[in-house]
Amino acid sequence: MPVVVVEVMPKPELLDPAGKAVAGALARLGHTQYEGVRIGKRFELTVSKPVTPEVLDEVRALAEELLANLVIEDIVAVYESGAEDEFDEFSGVAAGETH
Amino acid sequence: MARIGVVTFPGSLDDRDAQRAVRLAGAEAVSLWHADRGLSGVDAVVLPGGFSYGDYLRCGAIAAHAPIMRDIIAAANDGMPVLGICNGFQILVEAHLLPGGLVRNDHGSFVCRDQTLIVENASTAWTNQFEVGDEIIIPLKNGEGGYIADTETLARLEGEGLVVFRYKDVNPNGSCNDIAGITNPRGNVVGLMPHPEHAVEPGFGPDTPAAMRSGVDGLKFFTSALTSLLATA
Repeated sequence: MPVVVVEVMPKPELLDPAGKAVAGALARLGHTQYEGVRIGKRFELTVSKPVTPEVLDEVRALAEELLANLVIEDIVAVYESGAEDEFDEFSGVAAGETH
Repeated sequence: MARIGVVTFPGSLDDRDAQRAVRLAGAEAVSLWHADRGLSGVDAVVLPGGFSYGDYLRCGAIAAHAPIMRDIIAAANDGMPVLGICNGFQILVEAHLLPGGLVRNDHGSFVCRDQTLIVENASTAWTNQFEVGDEIIIPLKNGEGGYIADTETLARLEGEGLVVFRYKDVNPNGSCNDIAGITNPRGNVVGLMPHPEHAVEPGFGPDTPAAMRSGVDGLKFFTSALTSLLATA
């Protein structure tokens, strides 16, 4: 079944203590070239019908209502998994081709 | 006798402490369940501390959409006193009854301490037994208690006197303007991170110069609500 992805990040102007802690751990491992880490969230919504522009609009509305708190977070992306040029940088192939 | 409801969500921890505080203040404590509709005719509501829904998604975010919250939001908008303590404060901001948000403590650690607060607004439904400038000591215990809001919202809170409590001596979590608690313009909805319900009975409260664990500064939150209910009755 199709999957809609929602990506949420803490607002850039806000401190992200969790990301800061990870950045500190990287530095302690000797990886000093990484000056910052910010941690966001990725939601995968499995949809029981084809993903139309209307479905994406609905997910955007749900993201604003529940998935993200726009006071402290930004919704950075809402898209159908594999439909666009989603690229899995870990395996080096497009996500839609991996399974 | 005034009846004050205390809502239990999955993961609430301090609901029974809040009920005890209500009883010590002289009101009847009514247990409310998150999945129910209707408020059993209570005169005021406390949203207690804890980790509703395991803090999944964001602290308070899922609880803010619980069935009973629809009735609480409607009643709050009609003027019913509502107090949100810690996780309850997080629920109030997620339900948009109070502005701003609460994020992870800036130092990244859970904090648990007896915290001195300065009373900045003594005319809300939950603070009318205090005087502006009073210094009170009540326990603080949270991991995500940093109060934040955009500069416009902060200016409005400060300009309209909606900051109810400020941290004194130390800012324990990186809150903007040392804000520990806020209210809505009507003064019936108050949210704060520290826990007044843990400072209501001698022998079980914070230490004071007078004696160990003798602090009862939290009791006035609940007697304030009773006073406010009598005034509107």
